[in-house]
Amino acid sequence: MIKVIIIDDEPLARGIVKEYLSAFNEVEVVLECNDGFEGVKAIQQHNPDIIFLDVQMPKINGFEMLELIDKPPAVIFTTAFDEYAMKAFDNNAVDYLLKPFSKERFDKAFEKWMNARLTLKDENQTEDFIQNRTRNQDENSRIVVKTHHAIRIIPVHDIIYLEAYDDYVKIHTNDGMFLKKRTMASFEQGLNQDEFIRVHRSYMIKIDQLTRIEHPDKDSHVALLKTGAKIPLSKTGYQKLKTVLGM
Amino acid sequence: MKPFPQDFTFKRFISVYIGSGVFFLLMHTFVLTTFGLTLVQSLFDALLTIGLILLAGTSTYNILRYYKPARENILYPRIWAMLLTILVTMVFTATMKQIYEGQKDYLDFLSASIPVRGVYHLLIISLLTVFVFMWFLFQEEHERQKNLADIEKLTRDAELVSLRQQLQPHFLFNSLNSISALVGNRPEEARKMIYQLSEFLRGTLRKDEYETYEMSGELHHLQLYLDIEKVRFGHRLTTTILADDLVRSCKIPPLILQPLVENAIKFGLYDIAGEVNISIVCSCNSEYLTITITNPFDPQTATPKKGAGFGISSVQRRLYLLYARNDLLQTGYENNLFTTIVKIPQKI
Repeated sequence: MIKVIIIDDEPLARGIVKEYLSAFNEVEVVLECNDGFEGVKAIQQHNPDIIFLDVQMPKINGFEMLELIDKPPAVIFTTAFDEYAMKAFDNNAVDYLLKPFSKERFDKAFEKWMNARLTLKDENQTEDFIQNRTRNQDENSRIVVKTHHAIRIIPVHDIIYLEAYDDYVKIHTNDGMFLKKRTMASFEQGLNQDEFIRVHRSYMIKIDQLTRIEHPDKDSHVALLKTGAKIPLSKTGYQKLKTVLGM
Repeated sequence: MKPFPQDFTFKRFISVYIGSGVFFLLMHTFVLTTFGLTLVQSLFDALLTIGLILLAGTSTYNILRYYKPARENILYPRIWAMLLTILVTMVFTATMKQIYEGQKDYLDFLSASIPVRGVYHLLIISLLTVFVFMWFLFQEEHERQKNLADIEKLTRDAELVSLRQQLQPHFLFNSLNSISALVGNRPEEARKMIYQLSEFLRGTLRKDEYETYEMSGELHHLQLYLDIEKVRFGHRLTTTILADDLVRSCKIPPLILQPLVENAIKFGLYDIAGEVNISIVCSCNSEYLTITITNPFDPQTATPKKGAGFGISSVQRRLYLLYARNDLLQTGYENNLFTTIVKIPQKI
């Protein structure tokens, strides 16, 4: 049996996917979800083979939802019209359906996946796509993280500083520290350069959090933040900070 | 009324002003020499007279820059011209008496010529005053035309944006997708939605930007839009519209409410994961039609964007152009509710 989960905030849109799927007899739709929050829970619980995922949904979009899942399942995206999403799909291995889509188009996408499933067992195309995509304005204004109990949306202006931590980045805020699986480089690209500055290979600070720069010994500089945190500055980081502050 | 050609600039206004000054100066000098005055005397006389008159004209210009009498008060410029004439004539006579003190010949000529001079001054000053007045009327007209063009452009923009947002990408394709889903099991509902969508789109195209429309029609249009959204979002979206018969007969310019309600829907549905109620409450008195639109939002994540998008700012701008007021649209939020209040003046 192929386990399927459908995630879309419009009931009728889920209905048509379900209807088209009913033509395949080895398929079981285990759950339908209204938004990304339900989606994360359902995927963890049921471990589906494939999901049909709407891009634009309340609170967090389909891409952000997938970021929260450790080993995301195969996915076929569904979207009505989203220039940004369509650009993201271009030249990419993930498949997508533009609403409204015909039965033929749907079957083609689903059959393509069923055939590929047998040959590409371990490649996780979904994860590659999600990690490497460029983010749109909304996504750059917030960071969606998963804690033990819940999903949290952190507005970027709540960030104090970022710290690299293996494959993750530690996001330090007044509410505590959160882990996000994402590269420092992608944060550097996405965050507003007037607000955040990469001061070290492993650190990025919010500029208005800085209180002063200390000079503990001949070759090193340290940024002291309002919270009392001390952030090491690399040589280029120190230079960049000096330029930004007009020193 | 077009006293000046369309491309009559300030530069040309000044050159005509100075040019006629020089013309009268030469005329004046010439005429005086025929009365037996020396060239120097005539020239000096002319310079003083025309100088004073141009000074009077300039003061008229400066006053009009700050105070413009209503068009009906046609008497004001006349009285003003007479006052200026008396002043100019008095200053002129007094100055000449000072300078030519003791020269009986000249002084005799001066007192004999005062009545003629008075009439002459009045004539030129009146011409000048009319000219300056016309200039300002022309400016006003020009400004008015520009405003009118602005209104037209903004309405068109609003229409375009509203077309883009409703009949285009997201709304249209998602609505078509819903219809596609309904066709299989509930063909009657699919057909109904096709009618709703068509009527809604037609309604957006039909409006004339200069007109005001009865609220009943505008509310019907909104209702169509909300009904379509309800088909799409199912139980998640509920709406409340409160409007009595009095409200329904009030007038409102087209495409004012639509962008605001759209904004509320977008704000609500994409910011809240659960159920969303959009309420539209209308009331009116003899002065204003007041519409209050409320939608839920999440203060944790939504940092209510100031003005929240092109929708609200374009409505604000249109209201300003239509009623010359900036206080007709207000937004605010409290707890988990975002409120947009718009007031439409009923006495125009």
